[in-house]
Amino acid sequence: MRIVIGSGSCGIAAGAHKVQAAFETIIAEKGLELSVEQTGCIGTCYLEPIVDVVDDNGNKVTFVNVTTEDARSIIENHVVGKKELLDLMISQDDITMIGKQKRIVLRNSGLINPERIEDYLAVDGYVAARKCLLEMTPEEIIETVKVAGLKGRGGAGFPTWFKWDAAKKSPGKTKYMVCNADEGDPGAFMDRSVLESDPHALIEGMLIGAKAIGANEGVIYVRAEYPLAIVRLQNAIDQAREKGYLGKDIFSTGFDFDLRIKAGAGAFVCGEETALIASLEGERGMPRLKPPFPAQKGYWNKPTNINNVETFANVPWIFRNGGEAYAALGTKESKGTKVFALTGKVKKGGLVEIPMGLTLKDVIFDIGGGIKQEKAFKAVQMGGPSGGCIPAGLLDTPIDYAEITKTGAIMGSGGMVVMDETTCMVDMARFFLDFTCKESCGKCTYCRVGTTRMLEILNRITQGEGQDGDIELLEELCYKIKDGSLCGLGQTAPNPVLTTIKYFRNEYEDHIYHHKCTAKSCKPLLTYTIDAEKCVGCGACKKNCPVDAITGEKKQVHEINQDICIKCGKCFTVCKFDSVIID
Amino acid sequence: MSHETNEHDHGCGCGCHGEKTNPFTELNPVLDHYADIPGSLISILQKAQELYGFLSVELMRHIALETHTSIAKVYGVATFYTQFRFEPVGKYLIMLCQGTACHVNGSKMVEEAIMDYLDIKEGETTADGLFTLNNVACLGCCSLSPVMMINDDTYGQLTKEKVTHILAELKEKADPLQATQEVTA
Repeated sequence: MRIVIGSGSCGIAAGAHKVQAAFETIIAEKGLELSVEQTGCIGTCYLEPIVDVVDDNGNKVTFVNVTTEDARSIIENHVVGKKELLDLMISQDDITMIGKQKRIVLRNSGLINPERIEDYLAVDGYVAARKCLLEMTPEEIIETVKVAGLKGRGGAGFPTWFKWDAAKKSPGKTKYMVCNADEGDPGAFMDRSVLESDPHALIEGMLIGAKAIGANEGVIYVRAEYPLAIVRLQNAIDQAREKGYLGKDIFSTGFDFDLRIKAGAGAFVCGEETALIASLEGERGMPRLKPPFPAQKGYWNKPTNINNVETFANVPWIFRNGGEAYAALGTKESKGTKVFALTGKVKKGGLVEIPMGLTLKDVIFDIGGGIKQEKAFKAVQMGGPSGGCIPAGLLDTPIDYAEITKTGAIMGSGGMVVMDETTCMVDMARFFLDFTCKESCGKCTYCRVGTTRMLEILNRITQGEGQDGDIELLEELCYKIKDGSLCGLGQTAPNPVLTTIKYFRNEYEDHIYHHKCTAKSCKPLLTYTIDAEKCVGCGACKKNCPVDAITGEKKQVHEINQDICIKCGKCFTVCKFDSVIID
Repeated sequence: MSHETNEHDHGCGCGCHGEKTNPFTELNPVLDHYADIPGSLISILQKAQELYGFLSVELMRHIALETHTSIAKVYGVATFYTQFRFEPVGKYLIMLCQGTACHVNGSKMVEEAIMDYLDIKEGETTADGLFTLNNVACLGCCSLSPVMMINDDTYGQLTKEKVTHILAELKEKADPLQATQEVTA
């Protein structure tokens, strides 16, 4: 019997290490013959820490939200006592939400031990690579990817076969295979999860790609903010090398390929291919004009192919099951599956992988369980700082590259942040502009100065100092920045502003013309008053007010002087009688 | 690579004519390792920061000299990336996530609570040298938002109360005497 503990970053943050230590202590104390093992993230992050008890026949019982106290109870009552602990247990249907999900990229996540290559081999690992290296020509490999219809999962959705073909046809002996694991979108963690939970899937995908384009060297550019991912990936590379799946003469075919990790140092713009290459070369990560494309002149001016983690992780499945099987999933234009990081005001947050073509509603309400605290859904943000906010009226939009683009957002890398009635859309636009403004590399004037000016305007509006004409000025700047920027960062930076103006123009107008934030989120636009009916005169608000704006005798109704009030919200927090009204 | 310096071509600009002893000897193995690997400046800076906690001007000048690049190049690369720091940090480095999910779930409120409790602003270090507060883009633990990392530990589902409690515990662990005095005061 085995105890398997979900130990991705999210599980660890929720206390997986402490739970593991508790299990080990109790098992040693009782002298039981049980092994304690780790696995990656199954995707239902809201249930972490997650613990599986697997018997010798492979039957699994899953316990969720496990604490160190629960560990004792699981051992004593379940493992030894053979009792069911219903309040901690969850059915396998619940945990994988099987009905609507289709797991290809996440096929092994949360199921295998990511630190043991044997676990990956036991689920047909490296079978696809073996087949590609021994039985297929580069042309046949590329043709299979073309039949599958796989598109780049990093955001832009460019056909993968086309990039591989271009790099293959590019003249030169030295070529490079690069993986972009610099997942910089705030609100997205799909790639982190794959790196932490199933690193061999990425390595196998890269090996197949390398064979197709004729590269003997590969680099994985990983964010430095993902320390656990780097450790597990390095461990996986070492194991693959030991087994002979990386290095010289792989599978005795005469083909050489080796991989190394390069830790990024934190720059969102390095998600852009040419900026990433500059960073790999140890320079400031600034994009350059294309063409020449990386397929012609990339890393050290040699033909280079760059794909992201999720794209590579799809590849082994495609070769084991056939391009047609992959293409059978999804819509006419968007094939296969897509992984999303479902977060924000949604009940069941985590990672979900769905076949393309499901609607946003399917994902947010059926898989995600709807909105926290039964509040009203307002919008879903897709594509991070390059994407946009999609309103409730468009919840039936199918998840498909072209359909999502029509809304003004983009498919993006998979961030899906759900917002409810308490999220202010002007503040959301301001939040993203603040991000892109800081992350602009500064090369293009429109991007550098334009985003700064837009941020200033949005700051003013959310502080209650909006002016007539601000909305129009923002729109004008948006189009200028789109036209005047070299790379994707600048070209898409205005999207969050454009989509919020398009769908939530009334909120902008409320802020500017009526000094009102209907989401009650922009503090300078709120007024705090005391409800005379509810106030018991306890004096808590008066005592805690930092500027002495509150007056009133003990046991008498208190009052807030609006001229002095700085809207810090302290009175609202400390009032035990809900008598402070925010409007 | 040789770490000897020559009086005529010393170029460190400090007027020492190369007679000063090298204060960065721990970095020698790193410089040797990367000497023949082109494009390694970022990796060298990362290792240097790991060793010394931050990148001082002297350290960057030393790296420039040893890698035969200009100090301007080193400084230009270092300042481009958010990972690099140019001031010493406190014993506990608080990295507060400002990703989208954290923003939607109240990271601003958490930031205010931290600033209130420690009496510092973003980017600053407390007078006792215990805490530094840095905002970071996204830690990738979105389902536990709002999230922060202190050194290597991640803390999720933060509230004002929870964050104050965490900081108070760390403070007590580091300096029990001072923490008790504060309570009595």
